[in-house]
Amino acid sequence: MKTELLSGNEAVARGAYEAGVTVASAYPGTPSTEILENIAQYKEIYSEWAPNEKVSLEMVAGTSIAGARSICAMKHVGLNVAADPMFTFAYIGTEGGCVIVTADDPGLHSSQNEQDNRYYARHAKIPMIEPSDSQEAKDFLIKAYEISEKFKIPVLFRMTTRVCHSKGMVTLGERKEPSFKKYKRNISAFVSTPANNRIHHSQLEKKLKEIEEYNNSCSLNKIELNSGEIGIITSGISYQYSKEVFGNDASYLKIGFTFPLPRDTILNFSKKMKKIYVVEENEPIIENYCRMLGLDVTGKEKIPVEGELNPDIVEEKLLNIKNEFIKINEEKIVSRPPTLCSGCPHRGIFYELSKRKNVAISGDIGCYTLGSTEPLNAMDTIICMGASISAAHGFSKAFEKSNQKIKAIGVIGDSTFFHSGITSLLDITYNRGNAAVIILDNRITAMTGHQENPGTGYTLKGTETPEVNIENLVKALGVKNVETINPNNLKQVNEALDRAIESDEPYVIITKWPCALKKLKEEEKENFKKIPGIFKVNREKCRKCKMCLKAGCPSISFDENIGSIIDEDTCVGCSVCAQICPFDAIEREGDQL
Amino acid sequence: MTRSILLVGVGGQGIILTSKILAKALINEGFDVKMSEVHGMAQRGGSVTTQVRYGEKVFSPIIGKGKADILVAFEEMEAMRYIEFLNPEGVLIVNPHRIHSAPISRGASKYPDGIIDELKNKVNTVVINASEEAKKIGNIRVQNIILLGKLAKFLNLKKANWDDILKNNIKEKYIDINLKAFETGLNF
Repeated sequence: MKTELLSGNEAVARGAYEAGVTVASAYPGTPSTEILENIAQYKEIYSEWAPNEKVSLEMVAGTSIAGARSICAMKHVGLNVAADPMFTFAYIGTEGGCVIVTADDPGLHSSQNEQDNRYYARHAKIPMIEPSDSQEAKDFLIKAYEISEKFKIPVLFRMTTRVCHSKGMVTLGERKEPSFKKYKRNISAFVSTPANNRIHHSQLEKKLKEIEEYNNSCSLNKIELNSGEIGIITSGISYQYSKEVFGNDASYLKIGFTFPLPRDTILNFSKKMKKIYVVEENEPIIENYCRMLGLDVTGKEKIPVEGELNPDIVEEKLLNIKNEFIKINEEKIVSRPPTLCSGCPHRGIFYELSKRKNVAISGDIGCYTLGSTEPLNAMDTIICMGASISAAHGFSKAFEKSNQKIKAIGVIGDSTFFHSGITSLLDITYNRGNAAVIILDNRITAMTGHQENPGTGYTLKGTETPEVNIENLVKALGVKNVETINPNNLKQVNEALDRAIESDEPYVIITKWPCALKKLKEEEKENFKKIPGIFKVNREKCRKCKMCLKAGCPSISFDENIGSIIDEDTCVGCSVCAQICPFDAIEREGDQL
Repeated sequence: MTRSILLVGVGGQGIILTSKILAKALINEGFDVKMSEVHGMAQRGGSVTTQVRYGEKVFSPIIGKGKADILVAFEEMEAMRYIEFLNPEGVLIVNPHRIHSAPISRGASKYPDGIIDELKNKVNTVVINASEEAKKIGNIRVQNIILLGKLAKFLNLKKANWDDILKNNIKEKYIDINLKAFETGLNF
């Protein structure tokens, strides 16, 4: 049998292929993005980027009701967006098997919170399955479809960053030929009226009891009996950490099917153990359940609720062993925070915003979150996808009531605007607000690694498609004042900002320039012509004033003896620093000196 | 017995490709392998790390403090940042190359001096100026494969055919220079 080194995300994609899935949808989000990118490689599966997670879940719910196997994938906070359809989908249930992948991010590697989505399974009353490595990610996913179809219910499949982005050996299998159910209208089954869903709720409670019973003998849970001194109840990546630390010195109940929890299995395992540890990352979910069963277990009194778990924590907290490690002079370590890239088209706008007084800047989720960092510091709040615009509207109303002369400005990216900024902007226009909005259109979903979106003219599969005209869309929402500018032209940026700040009406500035890392398509090379040549500092003109450093470009450094230095390997010639320099000391190479 | 290799550096230095090739070689050798990367926000000009673990059966994909057998640092200060993950009896392979981070570029901090000396005092340190050697061969971008060559010498794998693995994982027009880079590291 063929084996391959696959990440958890690649293994989920492979699992979907082998399970005979035919429809897949997602909105990109770390650590889930590569699931759909890899599913898209299989020509047998229709796959798409949806504008947001709610849409993707609704889309695959439709596929499921119509009788085909489907999958959607999202990061943990994406499931908040998709929660509305998920709760009701649980009531009406599936025809074709349906799996919803949630990729949680303990430790906030690349997220705004570390919520534990295992609660969602309990809240929405749908089964949850949790793999602990790549092989399980593939095998458990295939099993998830069996469970989904057996009980006619969607399955929540929980991954975490370390499962998503760790690679391990996976034995591949063959694709199961998809079987489709013949579609027939069934109003009482699939129409969510109060009358129908009262019945569905009662059926759902019954289903959950049956699923719990099934789970007591399900192959997704595994008991490893070693000594009877210590028993560890665990799931997901926490199993790997426990096994790393305790090896064969403890017995394990590794739960792969984590909601509804297998009551009898837990009780039987616990009976044989003198001491029971529950090792789980973040919330005490299995632990609380064990306590409810009257078991005396040790969990969160030792293992922290916050942050990502690792073998060191398990070893230190449960075995009281502290590793020896090399200690060094920490003064010799300077931080290396993420920054906007050289030539990033967001730099000009944040540089100009950073100079403005009496503005409150409401930011959003994407690379431009970095507008909040040194030396730009051009941001007042960030909450979640789409909140930049609606929170700016809220700011403006507060400033109006409190008589403070502060202009509220929302800053949002192209993909995030499509995701959930459109309705926020509608809130401003409908309610005659006056917050200004800047839409940073860099022609791609950049932060997650360059995914196409409704504004790029291409689909996930690379097919050409009509591109949304953001300017027309904004006008259709009722904004009269819209202008599109080149963000690398600081004069344009400044003048547009002046007009937006002075306006008493909704005002939208669209900055249109591709991400500096984007591989441009032929038509884009035509539309966004770059002037060739990078920049260098004219030593005779540089007065060492450090103004250029205020743009926070990683290509510019400063030496007290020399002045500003531009790194010729990384400068892409965006010219923002040259426009900032008050002494015209930064010149394009090749220009007359 | 599971062994652990930690590779650290800065985005753009070719760490991900290096660990991919390393993992393939370890698989060829017959080991179970796990490898862990960090994506997303953390990548934008920040530190990049990959963790490779191998043995008969590997459980945790991540390495604890003081548990790495070999630390390969593609950049000086990154060696310092992650040195606590190296087993005090382990080996540090370090490229004495400096990449300024944002606080250093804008003059808020200075690039620290004396890093290599301090590391040499603490642990078995192998200094190989892969960036300079790579420039001599003709392209700084093959610094990663020079470091891989040096690492390969320490791993001393019996079955893995490094040349074939390199050929299968590198774009055709860059194969020759990368084979040369690997050789340079191996014989350094």
